[in-house]
Amino acid sequence: MSETADRVKKIVVEHLGVEADKVTEDASFIDDLGADSLDIVELVMAFEEEFGVEIPDDAAEKITTVRDAITYIDSNKG
Amino acid sequence: MFDLTGMTALVTGASGGIGSAVAKALAGQGARLALSGSNQAKLEAFAGEIGGSHVTLACDLSDGAAVDGLVPRAVEALGGRLDILVNNAGVTRDNLVMRMKDDEWDQVITVNLEAAFRLARAAAKPMMKQRHGRIISVTSVVGATGNPGQANYAASKGGLTAMSKALAQELASRNITVNCVAPGFITSPMTDALPDAQKEALTTRIPAGRLGEGSDVGAAVAYLASREAAYVTGQTVHVNGGMAML
Repeated sequence: MSETADRVKKIVVEHLGVEADKVTEDASFIDDLGADSLDIVELVMAFEEEFGVEIPDDAAEKITTVRDAITYIDSNKG
Repeated sequence: MFDLTGMTALVTGASGGIGSAVAKALAGQGARLALSGSNQAKLEAFAGEIGGSHVTLACDLSDGAAVDGLVPRAVEALGGRLDILVNNAGVTRDNLVMRMKDDEWDQVITVNLEAAFRLARAAAKPMMKQRHGRIISVTSVVGATGNPGQANYAASKGGLTAMSKALAQELASRNITVNCVAPGFITSPMTDALPDAQKEALTTRIPAGRLGEGSDVGAAVAYLASREAAYVTGQTVHVNGGMAML
């Protein structure tokens, strides 16, 4: 598992208050992890802070699973 | 009760009649303020008058980019926290609808409604992280009742009220409340300038028998800003001496 994946999962666990083993890379934030739209906004803010990346709104809309987040961050972090 | 010690607040229109009373009320409860307005010299004079370690941030609320930058400037100047946003600034460009110019409509909507939206959008970010926030907009009785000659102003204040209700629902789960304070006729340089006969005519419509003071509005804002008001959101406190009971 990549270092990005570990850090992303840690943020998801903290923000959504879910069990770590539920946060698989296939997990959908909304359908599997119980997030609402405001949670997604907060997660994106947390990712931006943690990784120093800018996630514009149109990209943020496409991030629906844990893997989406990891992939976006890995291909956009400095 | 209503202690704001350790909290920070951004107040727009802070050197104006009602704005200065709101600022004094919040400072009086212990909050540290970022005072915003269009005139830096007036802001500094006012900050000197109330004392304490408040900061001044001039901003033209008709300039969208400048407005977007105001909350980040305030957060930085206040040491990384923003607990309270008071959208107080407002302008009037009164005219009958049939004579109202496009720019009279636009200016009022831009400053009174759009700037408040931009500031609330920006303030929600630090407030969500803090899991605590108060967004308070100073509206007007005419936003609920209408007033001839003020279609633009009434629309901006009614819009601000409805926006606050929507935002209140979006942010309630993060311990951020969003409320309005709607003043009626408040003593100000504008009402001071009215002829006595007109002031008397006005007063007959107010059951309390007097115009309100800025401090009446400030007290309502201070209450909504306090921890004690945590369960009050999406509401309007009408401060109008009973002139309209809504």
